[in-house]
Amino acid sequence: MSAATWGLVAATFAACFVEMVEATTIVMAMGFTRSWRSALTGVAAALGLLVVVTSAAGYALDRWFPQTALQLVVGGLLLIFGLQWLRKAILRASGRKAVHDEDAIYRERTAAAEAAGRGETGLDMFSFMVSFKGVFLEGMEVVFIVITFGLNAKDVPAAGVGAAAAVVAVLGLAFAVRRPLSMIDENLLKYGVGLLLASFGTFWAVEGIGVFRAGRHGLAWPGGEAAVLGLLAVWFLLSRLFVAVLRVPAGPESSSGAPDRAARADAPDRERTR
Amino acid sequence: MRFLRAFARFWYDFVIGDDWKIAAGVACALGLLPAALETHLLGDHGLALLGGALVVLAFSVGLLVDVRRRGK
Repeated sequence: MSAATWGLVAATFAACFVEMVEATTIVMAMGFTRSWRSALTGVAAALGLLVVVTSAAGYALDRWFPQTALQLVVGGLLLIFGLQWLRKAILRASGRKAVHDEDAIYRERTAAAEAAGRGETGLDMFSFMVSFKGVFLEGMEVVFIVITFGLNAKDVPAAGVGAAAAVVAVLGLAFAVRRPLSMIDENLLKYGVGLLLASFGTFWAVEGIGVFRAGRHGLAWPGGEAAVLGLLAVWFLLSRLFVAVLRVPAGPESSSGAPDRAARADAPDRERTR
Repeated sequence: MRFLRAFARFWYDFVIGDDWKIAAGVACALGLLPAALETHLLGDHGLALLGGALVVLAFSVGLLVDVRRRGK
């Protein structure tokens, strides 16, 4: 296996790992407090829908999109995802946003699950819907990352292997510890994945601008594909610079240990996981 | 109607996310590049570096606006 293929597998593994940890927390909260049967039925339904979406989107993008247009569109979207993750990582590392806490999310979800009413018989629609939505939303990002990385590297199976390995790893861990996977430093993982997505996204989106010229040849980066490493270094250094410049001096601590200001800053998007 | 609204909401959340300034910045940066391409002033490498610089600039401006707003 070449170094590029290893890189592809590692990138999809890391991205999928983060998303899977979040989806697993939601499903565990539903399973432990309400109904494992309904929660797992929701997971199966979401996975079925994801398979359909992946096949349709992968086929359509591969067949009907010129290579450079594909690079521009998917590179642009990948870049937006990556920069969103990087933005949150910078705000968290500089103390301006509360850190992502799987234990707190688990407590929030179980409280909501316990408070919700129960039907008389059959499937518990609350745990079904929450599990379905959680797995589908997190899964869509994984699908998108696998398709974009796979098509651009012309190796969808390798990208799929990376994602599948992450699914197996997270499920194995969850089964072993039987509690939210809060021991994983998700904030650091997200920071790393954000850097990867931002670097590959910049590379492909800019390359795809070539679709606007005669011949539709992609723009060539200096150094070819090695330019991705340069972009990775630029995004890393820029993020460290922002963390240093924006760092908030330690103030009064909230009960969670995060500065009050950071906790407030997290409030508007508590529901969002990306 | 409710389905359409939920569908639109899903795609907005999926693509734009929490901070619309990121998506707007990326769209502006990538939108300027075809214009630069038309001028024929820069070669491939120059255009690629300009594209990268525009994306970095757009992200930096968006983040600083965000931080300023949060700080108020």
